[in-house]
Amino acid sequence: MTNEVTIRIGGESGEGTISGGDILALASARWGYHVYTFRTFPAEILGGPCLFQVRIGDHPINSMGDYADVLICLNQEAYDRNVSDLRQGGVVIYDPSDFTPDINNFITYPIPFNEIARKEVQLFQTKNMVMLGAISGLFGPELEAITEVVESKLSKSRKANPLLMEKNLLALQVAQKYVTEQISKRDSYRLGPVDKANRVVLNGNQAVVAGALAAQCRYFAGYPITPASDIMEAMAKELPLVGGTFLQAEDEMAALASVLGASFGGLRAMTATSGPGFSLMTELISLASMTELPVVIVDAQRAGPSTGMPTKMEQSDLSFALHSGHGDTPRMIVAPANVADCYTLIIQAFNMAERYQMPVLFLTDQSLTARVESVDRSIFKPMQIEERLQFSANGHSNDASDASVNGHGSAGSVAEMAHSFARYAYTASGISPITTPGPGALAYTATGLEHNEHGHPDYEPEDHTAMMEKRFRKLDTAAEELPGPQRYGDADADIGIIGWGSTEGAIQEAVDRAREQGYKVASLHPKILSPLPDRTIRDFIRSVKKVIVPECNYSGQLANLLGAKYGLQAIRVNKFGGIPFTAGEILRSIEEVS
Amino acid sequence: MVEATLVLTPKDFKSEVKPTWCPGCGDFGVLSATYQSLASLKVPPDQTVIVSGIGCSSRFPHFMKTFGFHTVHGRALPLAQGLKMARPDLNVVAIGGDGDFFSIGVGHLIHAALRNIDITAIVMDNETYGLTKGQTSPTSPHGHVTKSTPYGLMASQFNPIATVLSLNVGFVARGFSSKPKEMAALIQQGVNHRGFAFIHVLSPCPTFYNTFDAWKATVTPVPADHDPTNRFKAMELAMETEHPYMGLFYKEERPTMDQAAQELAKKAKEFDIDRYMERYI
Repeated sequence: MTNEVTIRIGGESGEGTISGGDILALASARWGYHVYTFRTFPAEILGGPCLFQVRIGDHPINSMGDYADVLICLNQEAYDRNVSDLRQGGVVIYDPSDFTPDINNFITYPIPFNEIARKEVQLFQTKNMVMLGAISGLFGPELEAITEVVESKLSKSRKANPLLMEKNLLALQVAQKYVTEQISKRDSYRLGPVDKANRVVLNGNQAVVAGALAAQCRYFAGYPITPASDIMEAMAKELPLVGGTFLQAEDEMAALASVLGASFGGLRAMTATSGPGFSLMTELISLASMTELPVVIVDAQRAGPSTGMPTKMEQSDLSFALHSGHGDTPRMIVAPANVADCYTLIIQAFNMAERYQMPVLFLTDQSLTARVESVDRSIFKPMQIEERLQFSANGHSNDASDASVNGHGSAGSVAEMAHSFARYAYTASGISPITTPGPGALAYTATGLEHNEHGHPDYEPEDHTAMMEKRFRKLDTAAEELPGPQRYGDADADIGIIGWGSTEGAIQEAVDRAREQGYKVASLHPKILSPLPDRTIRDFIRSVKKVIVPECNYSGQLANLLGAKYGLQAIRVNKFGGIPFTAGEILRSIEEVS
Repeated sequence: MVEATLVLTPKDFKSEVKPTWCPGCGDFGVLSATYQSLASLKVPPDQTVIVSGIGCSSRFPHFMKTFGFHTVHGRALPLAQGLKMARPDLNVVAIGGDGDFFSIGVGHLIHAALRNIDITAIVMDNETYGLTKGQTSPTSPHGHVTKSTPYGLMASQFNPIATVLSLNVGFVARGFSSKPKEMAALIQQGVNHRGFAFIHVLSPCPTFYNTFDAWKATVTPVPADHDPTNRFKAMELAMETEHPYMGLFYKEERPTMDQAAQELAKKAKEFDIDRYMERYI
């Protein structure tokens, strides 16, 4: 018996596949297991194939698993589409009234889902509960764990429809009893007892929202787009509860423009979008960079180009994020690797935006937005909030290290000083003290035109040169101040892997497995991609013989960047079908180059 | 800090940056009317933000001693709305030209109208693209010959007043740059109006499309007996394009989105991450 199982449910969108999977993941996590989910949806609301996969175990789980151990097919199409991802000797569960699997090298359990739901429970919609009851009976977790989740999910509608709750619970029990009595178990997957732990269970988008609220983000504007809409919906609900403001914009240009307006007003502000919306925002990214205003933009990447595959993952916006916006436009890029990062790094993204007065792009992807993980609750704690460097009328900024600020008047009334105030003062760090409209504040005009220290339009060659250098100097300052990534694996590795974004778990699992096989391997996973931690990356490249750069995109966007910046001839491993890497795929690439 | 009791003069709103407009540009009249009306209203410059787009008229914030945001083409309205939603205590004025508001940013105009956020929009309309040297604009007349319409404009002329009236905007007025006193009065009323206020200003471009004499001859004050609460009557006036009416077309105060948002936030509590995460246990 192994204390880990990967269960995949394949079905038709709209028949409870995803909601059943969600309940399974939540119940397992609440019972004390670690979980890691992977799911795909069709873009349509009803109809079209969808799948839900959850890897459940008694140890931390950082990737989706190479194969499913158990495949539950709610129809023949689900079997046809998913059987290739089932482990040899794995379990197929199907309804014999739908179809019979044609392959013999799996363990098969026929379970009449449809008949149980229809005849015994007498409510066809409970089919996914029948499935959950069967899973519980065959593999775990205990039925009690699932019952608790179902009860809490249905508690709101209990009064209106008491029968619904009764039928759902009945379906769970009947199915569990059925498999216990009728199925002779021939597989080895059974989740054993585990200690309960202080964990929370949530997906990447939910962690981004929690982090943004904790970072004191108090303005959000957005436009609906898959897979980022959940962030907008949650902010719409939560912001008024904490005194913030939400606006659904008419398009993505308006979304980022209004976020920029809120930031000018002194609020921490953000928007969230995906590739097509991000494309529309780029004129405002350039404006934010030029006017040196903090904004955070979440790009929940999806497979492109164009409309592409809205419900599939890809890491194909890195090049665009690096270069989006016309002109030489400094910006920062943060790419979280997991759900915990979505919380801690979005807070860091806000701090970076405020500290360096610059747009910060936060690159998640579809798989991370929807990936449910069980995360140690202690991660979700208040974190330090960085304030933007304020100019004060008495001639001192709120940062002693920037006492070299020049250009401000030292005498005269505020009205006289207004517009003689050097909002864009040249400083050693590149960071200039800012003011925010309000009583007593020195006024200035933010402009997309090139300007002098006072914010006045200025096209002199000396001015443009000095201003470009000042704006880019902030990236140098940031590179010195920000923490670099930690090496994972062998100190004396032959093979190095450099990755970014949501692939970290799969890469690290591959490193672990390769080391168990005797390979000397290490990985580096920078989470800030602009500015890159030059020294750390150079040292890492020098310390190994070969570098593999696995990315879920066609062109090898990180590999291109590393090649351009450090002359690295990386071994590129690219996957671009819309589905994340498994650890096994990366392990194979280690074996191949060794 | 400018105290509310302090007497403000137009000079208190005038920055040291010299306007870049051509001699005779209608925008000078709008600028001085704005200085005048903000001084009369005693709006403190440190709590006032002028937001503009791109075009000759959008250089406006640089000539003001208030806070300013000279944005990109077409986006003055969304940026101004975000600012006002975030900071309802500020006076926010969105400025731009016919290209900004009626072409590249026309989608934003419609939604600003529907949201009714308490900002004032002043559109300086010269019926041409002056900054790019005289191409046709949405408010250019049918048949208009320009460098971009060498065979004459084949599209119809945009009617700004009728458009915003159809969107139920609560303050709709038209000024003329050659009548700065009347315009200052309209700007004052517009800034005082609670909700989205739309002021269309005929502001000729002497360099690329000089409508100065034509407008002087045709602009007609809104009839003295016009009832500005009658939207249908206002629409009738708006449809008169041969003799454009100048003055207040329509006024009606309705609940604003920024007020509604403030109401919602009244019950707000401090964010507590520990409590927030309980939903994910």
